[in-house]
Amino acid sequence: MKQKDPRLLVQPAPLLKQRMTAAQAMRDASYALLPVTLAGFWFFGLSALLVLSASIVGAVLTEWFFSPADVRRERLWDGSGILTGLLLGLTLPTTIPLWMAFLGGAVSIGLGKLIWGGLGKNLFNPALVGRAFLSATFPNAMTTWAPLSQPGDFFHVHASNLALPFMHVEYDGISAATPLGLMKFDNESTPWTDLIMGNISGCIGETSGLLLVLGGVYLLLRRDIDWRIPVSILLSVAVFSGVLYATAPGNYPDPLFSVFAGGLLIGALYMATDPVTSPLTPRGAWIFGIGIGLLVVLIRVYGGFPEGVMYAILLMNAATPLIDRYTQPRVFGRGVKSR
Amino acid sequence: MPRTKENAYEEFVKGLWRDNPVFVQVLGMCPMLAVTNSAINAIAMGLATFFVLVGSSLLVSSLRRWIPKQIRISCYIIIIATFVTVTDFTLQALVPKVHKELGAFIPLIVANCMILGRQEAFAAKHSVRLAVIDALGMASGFMFALFTLGAVREILGEGALFGVSLFGADFEPWIIMILPPGGFLTLGLLLLFFSWVKERKQQMIARLAEAEGEAQ
Repeated sequence: MKQKDPRLLVQPAPLLKQRMTAAQAMRDASYALLPVTLAGFWFFGLSALLVLSASIVGAVLTEWFFSPADVRRERLWDGSGILTGLLLGLTLPTTIPLWMAFLGGAVSIGLGKLIWGGLGKNLFNPALVGRAFLSATFPNAMTTWAPLSQPGDFFHVHASNLALPFMHVEYDGISAATPLGLMKFDNESTPWTDLIMGNISGCIGETSGLLLVLGGVYLLLRRDIDWRIPVSILLSVAVFSGVLYATAPGNYPDPLFSVFAGGLLIGALYMATDPVTSPLTPRGAWIFGIGIGLLVVLIRVYGGFPEGVMYAILLMNAATPLIDRYTQPRVFGRGVKSR
Repeated sequence: MPRTKENAYEEFVKGLWRDNPVFVQVLGMCPMLAVTNSAINAIAMGLATFFVLVGSSLLVSSLRRWIPKQIRISCYIIIIATFVTVTDFTLQALVPKVHKELGAFIPLIVANCMILGRQEAFAAKHSVRLAVIDALGMASGFMFALFTLGAVREILGEGALFGVSLFGADFEPWIIMILPPGGFLTLGLLLLFFSWVKERKQQMIARLAEAEGEAQ
């Protein structure tokens, strides 16, 4: 029996539905990262392309392998595996052996996402879990930076990229220092124009400040990310490092350098803003962002590593459930003191 | 409880697999994570625990009628501590190198909840013969788990097993595996693997029972 269309449709809320889906959010983030990715190819040549492909393939294959057949299609098509692999690849140095990039992608999805129950249930940002695993496992390979590729040798592939699985890495011989490494170990600053344009050494996707901000603005306009998180991270890093710089300008980096050098922009705009692992409430977002900013400055200035964005974000990810719990808005009509 | 042969066999086997102290009961995690960075350390720790567990189960079970209920835990601890002291001095005299590697974790066998757990849960309620068989099974299961963890960590962390290089000098070591996080990671993955095996087995049993029901 066919039902007639009702004259008056009465149904419970929500009556206004958004078309936003997880897959759409993942696609937006991938588009936002496209300019940065292309700039990575431009600056580091074919090696960058190979490393990115290896980490994406590692992530997607793991997703496919560990998903039950009934949800496999849905999980692969939401694009979150590709985005995780891409984000991880963008935070790797170009000289890393491809098998390590592949392993990192597999760990990102396996230990960072699937083991928690899949998309939306993980406590930590999957790409950063993979990166933390790699930098604890292969500290050498994760901190050997290639110089920018010269015009003409775009197709030059680093010998270390092609190391056999589980086998030792042979490096090309020439290595470069990142701006943060130069700052930490030689107390040498890098001109901020280079930091913004991106012709410096570092991870594939962290060099070009301008393009990272451009992609971030796109995500903000699409309302995929909460503006409070990147703003509070960048502001607090600028303020905290500014205070240090004011006390002894010779010993500490200036605030502009602190904001544009290293992985702070990619971390603040694309990783800390992951809606799964960041607080839901506006107040929580501020606390989260300021916490990351403080930790970044502390690790960079007083820690043993030149860069601390990864650990700062992971630590605040761990605090996210607590922040959410203590920043719950008051339920309307409840909790008012009686006179 | 009838003292049949099958019963004794059952008590021995349960510690190896079904009630494995590490993979199923998740007991004795402190030595499990701390000293399994190489296979040889894991085996040494396993042997030390083996001796302490079998010895104390034997003694607790034979003294079970005379130990007052109110102070039984302290009595067990004194018995366990005696065996730990013996082990500590023996290792120090015979293999000083291993003793140094294991360090504070030999005296800490006293605090291994798996050992105290067996006294309270089994040795104090069963005959000497069954208590010893149970202790043998549990200790073997514990040693098996320690060895599995130690072997995985040494193979990935140093490319070697018992100090013998497996993949040649070109192997790229996974540094994390010989550090504490590697212990947690490997143990977690092994727990995952064992519960997966268990689930598969239960599914199979359920399917068999269903098929039988249909046949009738």
